[in-house]
Amino acid sequence: MTKKERPDNRKLDEIRPMKMKAGVIKRADGSAQVEFGLTKVVAAVYGPRQIHPRHQEDATKSVLRCRYNMLPFSVSDRKRQGYDRRSTELAKVITEALEPALFLEEFPKTAIDVDMEIVQADAGTRAAAINAASLAIADAGIPMRDLVTSVAAGRANKELLLDMTKEEEDAEDAVDVPMAMMPRTGKITLLQMDGIVTPQDTEKIICLAEVGCKKIYEAQKKALLEKYGS
Amino acid sequence: MTLKLTKNYILENILKDKRMDSRKLDEFREITIETGISSKAEGSAKVTIGKTTVIAGIKMGLADPYPDTPEEGVMTTSAEYLPMGAPEFESGPPREDEIVLGRVVDRAIRESKCIDFKKLCIRPKEKVWMVFVDIFVTDHDGNLVDACGLAAIAALKDAKMPAIKGEDEIDRDHLEGRLPLKGTPISITVRQHGNKYILDATASEEEALDSRLTVGTNEDGTISSLQKGGIEGLTKEQTVEMIKLAQIASKNIRAKHFK
Repeated sequence: MTKKERPDNRKLDEIRPMKMKAGVIKRADGSAQVEFGLTKVVAAVYGPRQIHPRHQEDATKSVLRCRYNMLPFSVSDRKRQGYDRRSTELAKVITEALEPALFLEEFPKTAIDVDMEIVQADAGTRAAAINAASLAIADAGIPMRDLVTSVAAGRANKELLLDMTKEEEDAEDAVDVPMAMMPRTGKITLLQMDGIVTPQDTEKIICLAEVGCKKIYEAQKKALLEKYGS
Repeated sequence: MTLKLTKNYILENILKDKRMDSRKLDEFREITIETGISSKAEGSAKVTIGKTTVIAGIKMGLADPYPDTPEEGVMTTSAEYLPMGAPEFESGPPREDEIVLGRVVDRAIRESKCIDFKKLCIRPKEKVWMVFVDIFVTDHDGNLVDACGLAAIAALKDAKMPAIKGEDEIDRDHLEGRLPLKGTPISITVRQHGNKYILDATASEEEALDSRLTVGTNEDGTISSLQKGGIEGLTKEQTVEMIKLAQIASKNIRAKHFK
């Protein structure tokens, strides 16, 4: 990776300063707060618990229900409250990103509810939300195959970059690739992309995101050790 | 509803390179594209892929531009399952699957930059054209993303610009050429089972293989959107392979249907 630097003086493959803390919501069964630079997310988990409404019950497995929500004051222009099309889509892809890590079949007829609230948004909110949700699920003591870890990589101003800020995402040639994976098996559980790019660069960007995920994985494990270690 | 027995049968056969309708794994069903199916629409198309049928219509309206793009027109895309399309489709507010379908189709078109939004500006900061792309599934036998994507781009290519008269009034009796469009973005969805990949899944195949990747392709070999779906994970190698397959398939469709 070249030495070229970015508006916030990061290297091309450098993640923004991360802060992760497990157990921030006392009432919840599990919770976590995650920050990537100016992006800040709180996630909380309830469950496995009885499912309401009851018709959503699945006799063969627990139902993972995720909510992704941006608070009105999390962006420059106040965001109108309520569920919009973007949140609906993100909730769905985030559910699909987390589900492979869980043993849902062990908890039939229950629900696991994950609430992710974006407090402060500066790009990469879905990645931060997944990292927080995954930590919160672990904090709730729900068995997992692996932590799910997520980051966006992409391109801005002709450079391939890891963990872009909003400023970088707004570049003319921007490509944004949010990705989540289970580092232990290398399985990608979320993959999206916007922006025009060659297949060769797509592969490079995915590799860059993979490197990022592995670094985040270590930070997640550290956060759990801080609460449960010793 | 596909029986578990049938699903297992589908999966076992895919491992042996066989499909229920005796297609090859990477073979599409027959595609038909018909444009101009609604004369009231500015552009319209009906696309069938095997038994799957979707229709799309373009309407042009006037709108205020977004503050961050004061000199560009806007586009909005929606996809809806009509109750006639499948026993499980119900009327009512759009559900998660429909919202995601609309957004994935929207992204493939928008991110390819095939629409010249600057040419859809009427007066900077004040009035711009708004392109409404409305897609409906009328018969569901799988592969809705690819079908809806084809219907959207076919309808956009079919669309004519209405004239403007007086103070921001749309004059649909006078047309002023076509919608400013270049390129043919095509979305291809690849599904995976073991180390086998299939294209153009039917509804029962989709129930058996949830794991998928939709690739938005352009004619110059670039891609402009990706969307993974389903709860099974993909490896990096599988992802690269799936992008490759999508590019070959889109090239064939482009050559056959958009020349």
